[in-house]
Amino acid sequence: MHAGLHHYLFVSFMLFSLGLLGVILRRNLLVIYMSLELMLNAANLALVSFSRFNDQLDGQILVFFIITVAAAEVAVGLALIVALFRKRRSAHVEDLTSLKL
Amino acid sequence: MDDINQLLGGSNVPDVLFYVFATLTLLCGLLVIVNPFSRNPVTSAMFLVLTIISMSGLFLLLHAFFLAAVQIIVYAGAVLVLFVFVIMLLDLKEEERRKINFFGLIGGLIAVGGIASAMVKSLASVKATADEQNLLNQGDTISLGHLLFTSYALPFEIISVLLLVAMIGVILLSKKKLE
Repeated sequence: MHAGLHHYLFVSFMLFSLGLLGVILRRNLLVIYMSLELMLNAANLALVSFSRFNDQLDGQILVFFIITVAAAEVAVGLALIVALFRKRRSAHVEDLTSLKL
Repeated sequence: MDDINQLLGGSNVPDVLFYVFATLTLLCGLLVIVNPFSRNPVTSAMFLVLTIISMSGLFLLLHAFFLAAVQIIVYAGAVLVLFVFVIMLLDLKEEERRKINFFGLIGGLIAVGGIASAMVKSLASVKATADEQNLLNQGDTISLGHLLFTSYALPFEIISVLLLVAMIGVILLSKKKLE
């Protein structure tokens, strides 16, 4: 069967759902962060396939920007996790309940 | 580049490769979030590398050659090294099994299933406008660079400021004493 736009989009949607599932189910901050990366990558795949099958390069430019922003975001987020770990000695979301009433 | 085009152009090689890469991407993505053998974050990070590499294979099949290279260099090269480095720095032990919150599990599965089915339903209204046989645009470095420095010059400059801001923020955050 020929792999067209729909096939690529289906893979992208499934990958996005997997990332969302990881964010909801996992309790480790770092693994949640990796699931966020999965979701970003799924969006990238959708953009590249739209760009390919509509014969426009703008989608690929957008993906280039998304990769840059994701790299910056990962650096800041990991620095936050390290700072949090120094204070609380835990990278587990259920241990971070100081805002709970 | 012509060799790649020739390989991707003829026969049904790209279709077979699509299924191989798609299966690898989804399988490794699943192993990132639920791994029955190990709950160590390092294993998740390694499977994330595999996911990203097979996804760059998908990018190659979509003729996005530059992005495939950038994907491997930035994600597998920089981001994942950062992840592994932080895991090492935090010295995380094997995550002990805690009581699973069944309400959360069911709610999460329902929410994700709803979103996934909505997205798959929306596939019916999507259609490609270009004829696949004679596509003009190729995602090689020359055409992407040309577009990046003409129509997208302003976002390109802004993104460099963003990188500077991120760098300053990280340095500030990782100081021993936050003030």
